[in-house]
Amino acid sequence: MKSLEELRAIRANMQAQMGLRKEDGNQTRIVVGMATCGIASGARPVLVALSDAVQEKGLKNVTVTQTGCIGLCKYEPIVEVIEPGKEKVTYVKMTPEKALEVLEKHIIRGQIVKEYTISEMIG
Amino acid sequence: MLPELSLNILDIVNNSIRAKADLITIEVRIHKKEDVLIIKITDNGHGIPEELLSKVEDPFFTTRNTRNIGLGIPFLKQAAEITGGIFKIESIPGIKTVVYASFGLTHIDRMPLGDICSTIYTLLLANQSIDFLYIYEVDGKEFQLDTRKFREILGDIPFDTPEVAGFIRDYLTQNHREVDGGIIF
Repeated sequence: MKSLEELRAIRANMQAQMGLRKEDGNQTRIVVGMATCGIASGARPVLVALSDAVQEKGLKNVTVTQTGCIGLCKYEPIVEVIEPGKEKVTYVKMTPEKALEVLEKHIIRGQIVKEYTISEMIG
Repeated sequence: MLPELSLNILDIVNNSIRAKADLITIEVRIHKKEDVLIIKITDNGHGIPEELLSKVEDPFFTTRNTRNIGLGIPFLKQAAEITGGIFKIESIPGIKTVVYASFGLTHIDRMPLGDICSTIYTLLLANQSIDFLYIYEVDGKEFQLDTRKFREILGDIPFDTPEVAGFIRDYLTQNHREVDGGIIF
């Protein structure tokens, strides 16, 4: 069995590093809808893909989290991007691939991927 | 319908999260001799008052106002009962709520357990203010993942730092394999 010993080593190693994330007002939040509607349409792989990519790219000011049903079930999986001081952007009918595109273009380069947003979808 | 039991688990646990639980226990127990797979989810959220308890199994009942149906519990109940299993939900408001489902392990209509590691991983990383105890057992052999123990070691290092998240993923997959010997349930 894999034990918790390794976790102690990770901690010792991390504490020696600088630049641990601080949970402050400058966090960008990526929120994935994870109610029955979201799960049924594939929200779990979307969340895993986003979470893994945020770690891989070392985006220290970005957190990936989940929420319930926001009442737009037919547009699930839904991903909301909440940046400090900016209006919330809602992306609909996400897939892991589309979500990674949003991460790359919107979160990293600051350009909203219009064609995937709710306003574009509903018109 | 959700195509995997692990997705049903993710769904039911979200009820616990919405009920503001801060400790959620998820048990998956497989007993081959008794031909049964058991899923039990226990939380310390605000619970379900007695007058609503009988209604939550009704797909056309929900407490939310974002939509007027609630399919999570009916899905799990149906998935269990079509395999000759039992579904139960008990709640002592303010103390604990238990959702229990058993399945005929080799019944032709039993859905696969599916990617349970991703379900647990997702829950842990996306809900870091909640503690989870996950227990996976096959025929008396089990492993536990207790986030309280993780936090004791990690202090304020978040679960979604790459090294820790990687550890959680490996801990889940390796210990699953040790418990079930790689058999896909």
